[in-house]
Amino acid sequence: VENVWLLDRLSSRKAALGTLYLTATHVIFVENGSETRKETWVLHSQISSVEKQATTATGCPLLIRCKNFQVIQLVIPQERDCHDIYISLIRLTRPVKYEELYCFSFNPKLDKEEREQGWKLLDLNEEYNRMGIPNNYWQISDVNRDYRVCDSYPTEVYVPKSATAHIIVGSSKFRSRRRFPALSYYCKDNNASICRSSQPLSGFSARCLEDEQMLQAIRKANPGSDFIYVVDTRPKLNAMANRAAGKGYENEDNYSNIKFQFIGIENIHVMRSSLQKMLEVCELKSPSMSDFLWGLENSGWLKHIKAIMDAGIFIAKAVAEEGVSVLVHCSDGWDRTAQVCSVASLLLDPYYRTMKGFMVLIEKDWVSFGHKFNHRYGNLDGDPKEISPVIDQFIECIWQLMEQFPCAFEFNERFLIHIQHHIYSCQFGNFLCNSQKERRELKIQERTYSLWAHLWKNRADYLNPLYRSDHSQTQRALYPQMAPCNFLYKFWSGMYNRFEKGLHPRQSVTDYLMAVKEETQQLEEELEVLAERLANLQKSQLNDNPVKSKQQERSKPLGLSTSNNSLANTPQEYSNDLKSFPSRSPSQGDEDSALILTQDNLKSSDPDLSANSDQESGVEDLSCRSPSGGGCLPSEDSGKDSDEAIFLA
Amino acid sequence: MMRSSQPLTGTNGRRCKEDEKLINATLRPGKRGYIIDTRSLAVAQQARAKGGGFEQEAHYPQWRRIHKCIERFNILQESLIKLVEACNDQSHNMDRWLSKLEASNWLTHIKEILTAACLAAQCIDREGASVLVHGTEGTDSTLQVTSLAQIILDPRCRTIRGFESLVVREWLQAGHPFQQRCAQSAYSNSKQKWEAPVFLLFLDCVWQILRQFPCSFEFNEQFLLLLLEHAYASQFGTFLGNNESERSKLKLPQKTMSLWSWVNRAEELSKFQNPLFEANSLVIWPSVAPQSLQLWEGVFLRWNRPSKFLDEAQEEMINIIKYN
Repeated sequence: VENVWLLDRLSSRKAALGTLYLTATHVIFVENGSETRKETWVLHSQISSVEKQATTATGCPLLIRCKNFQVIQLVIPQERDCHDIYISLIRLTRPVKYEELYCFSFNPKLDKEEREQGWKLLDLNEEYNRMGIPNNYWQISDVNRDYRVCDSYPTEVYVPKSATAHIIVGSSKFRSRRRFPALSYYCKDNNASICRSSQPLSGFSARCLEDEQMLQAIRKANPGSDFIYVVDTRPKLNAMANRAAGKGYENEDNYSNIKFQFIGIENIHVMRSSLQKMLEVCELKSPSMSDFLWGLENSGWLKHIKAIMDAGIFIAKAVAEEGVSVLVHCSDGWDRTAQVCSVASLLLDPYYRTMKGFMVLIEKDWVSFGHKFNHRYGNLDGDPKEISPVIDQFIECIWQLMEQFPCAFEFNERFLIHIQHHIYSCQFGNFLCNSQKERRELKIQERTYSLWAHLWKNRADYLNPLYRSDHSQTQRALYPQMAPCNFLYKFWSGMYNRFEKGLHPRQSVTDYLMAVKEETQQLEEELEVLAERLANLQKSQLNDNPVKSKQQERSKPLGLSTSNNSLANTPQEYSNDLKSFPSRSPSQGDEDSALILTQDNLKSSDPDLSANSDQESGVEDLSCRSPSGGGCLPSEDSGKDSDEAIFLA
Repeated sequence: MMRSSQPLTGTNGRRCKEDEKLINATLRPGKRGYIIDTRSLAVAQQARAKGGGFEQEAHYPQWRRIHKCIERFNILQESLIKLVEACNDQSHNMDRWLSKLEASNWLTHIKEILTAACLAAQCIDREGASVLVHGTEGTDSTLQVTSLAQIILDPRCRTIRGFESLVVREWLQAGHPFQQRCAQSAYSNSKQKWEAPVFLLFLDCVWQILRQFPCSFEFNEQFLLLLLEHAYASQFGTFLGNNESERSKLKLPQKTMSLWSWVNRAEELSKFQNPLFEANSLVIWPSVAPQSLQLWEGVFLRWNRPSKFLDEAQEEMINIIKYN
């Protein structure tokens, strides 16, 4: 469709005229004229809603909201076209079959072996070995080898040595969705462990010998402690209500040597609503500080993040400081349980703060343990009540930790953002379906590519320059404080206002330091070369053989301060009183930028966007590029005018 | 950019030809000027009853007046007290935290001040127009606006020496009443009539800009903290007194040491240098969106949390750059 306007969300004055394309996998907007022909690509999988708004004089507005928090406002001249686009998008963004998803047509032009290798990058058995298992207390069990015991669990689970197949099967019958207690994390220093399950089907008074034996087995696997914690991550009221439905929680009287604890994290519906409210705040045009803070508090979002973090801290301390094992569950053991177990593991074990370790952590506690990616993130069209930002919250917990412990993580913020992006993008096959069983049935590994391999290949972009493996922050457990005045939970504008670059710091400390480190490395290599030449020269001088010194080819020092991102340096909307100012200052000309470093130098600033401009679907790395600072091509000059207009009403 | 106090127009609409001549002299040929009044229109109008007021369009036809309301100094102290209280609340409750932060209005003040400063800077840089800034007395919000505008516009103000000169010019010499404003701070028992964290707000605004442009300042956060501390309590005479006249009468230059003479010694200065600094000659425009403004943890949560992890990060940054 031609003559479509793409509006800048922040500044109604800035609009781009262009052509809108709909392909099988993407929505593409190509700007008219201009030498650059800016393109905005949006994957259908990323689109969470399309809204047709009331027709105005200029045309029919269409608002597209994405799961990665990008918001695209289009204005289509003809109502009929707008309707067609709307209907098409509704269909395209609600796939019914997995095969419709992008990962089945995505072609990064790797050969079969590379694809296979990509899937082998992470091996969970190796991970459990690293933890020290199997050993005297824990073993691998294949009782679920055909998914006959629990179809949402992996084929290989780790259980206490004293848990026989009979006990496991019996316990599984007493657990919601048959998700019996299984090992998530083992601390070899003191034998304490984190196990996970779903809620027991205890109702008001039901008991199950095997389930009780299972918990005893977990306790016995830790000789250093005579009890275990059972942590129910739900609010007490919800758990009690479940008893009426024949489910519930563990009664301390029935299970010997347990100490029971409610943590009180809200359910998926509350979280879905919380995010919704927070995004409404993000969509406010020119909010006051009060509007923003009040809106943020009203959404409850940071409170929920803190609740998850606090749960993780409790469990980490139980394991590392008290040396007590913990069994964690919620209702079905695939949402809050996953969040809390993975946060706790990361607090305990510095390995999970490395890039590989973090990928392994997600593989373990989210992918293998049957977190319902399809239902939660809407790969396919499904029940809207199942949608919830569960893994987003986990990822945000990690970001909050990164802000407080800047040296503790091998990876940077961009790594987290890209992972979130690809969980929704369905460009890779890792996060499809609801369980390992479903993924194997679909032969995901033979038909799609692994995100982890892709991220690993580009790992230079994801490094944290402040990370050193021998640092105090990276050696041991992390214990963040719990009072909000001691651990400041911040609003993550890098994620929720990701595409509004004008809101972020205009100079990136991470990128700057990475550039310095790269230059240092180059210089060191140069130094080595020169030292060698010097040695050779000296040798040949001794041999009385004069050697003509060549002109040394100087490798250019990495321009540490790249410039020319006009985004960095344009005034915002500061006043409602002034008439429009000219867009350029007479004194500034085109050098309109403060230092924004190395965006130009880095190959990929935001999702795989800088990779290429091939417009066919199925070509490498097409996510979204947007003129409104859509996080890719650094030369996007969004900020400039978005700010300009807002200054002056 | 000029600064002053309010014109004494009063209820009779008095005019003063000399005043008009003076500010008209700053107009660039063929261009208008902007008067930024840091009071709301209502407040400015009310000021007439007490003999004050604002520049009338009829008498200053080449000037356009903009009201960019910044809270009066007496309200600011309340704000600080509430904020500090919120920051000391050790309860684990997240709900009360955000609403207490919001109720203090501290970040709202930051936003107002930065917005006004950006506006002043925009007039000069984008429009090439002269600017006159004033509030009531010209000793509080006026100075916040003029000094922040210079930081935005002039890269020299982002160097250590440049910033020191800025503070001397726009705060000390301009007559910000330090002795009245920085007598007690947030924990004072008695309600001090003239007390207000005006200078702290200014430093907070500088920190906000520093956070957004971490490579554009020669000094670091520690330097701002230093100035904050010495404004309230100091063994140096620099921040004593309310204006130059008082300082001269007190014979401060003869009887006391200057903070600058100590801070500018190489071994001291090295603590306050920003390792990420790369001199640039540009104008930097901060974002004043609520998402871009943050609580200054280094001041308000300074005693609540171990700074160990952030210190280590700082050290690592310095190491990376030094090694290079």
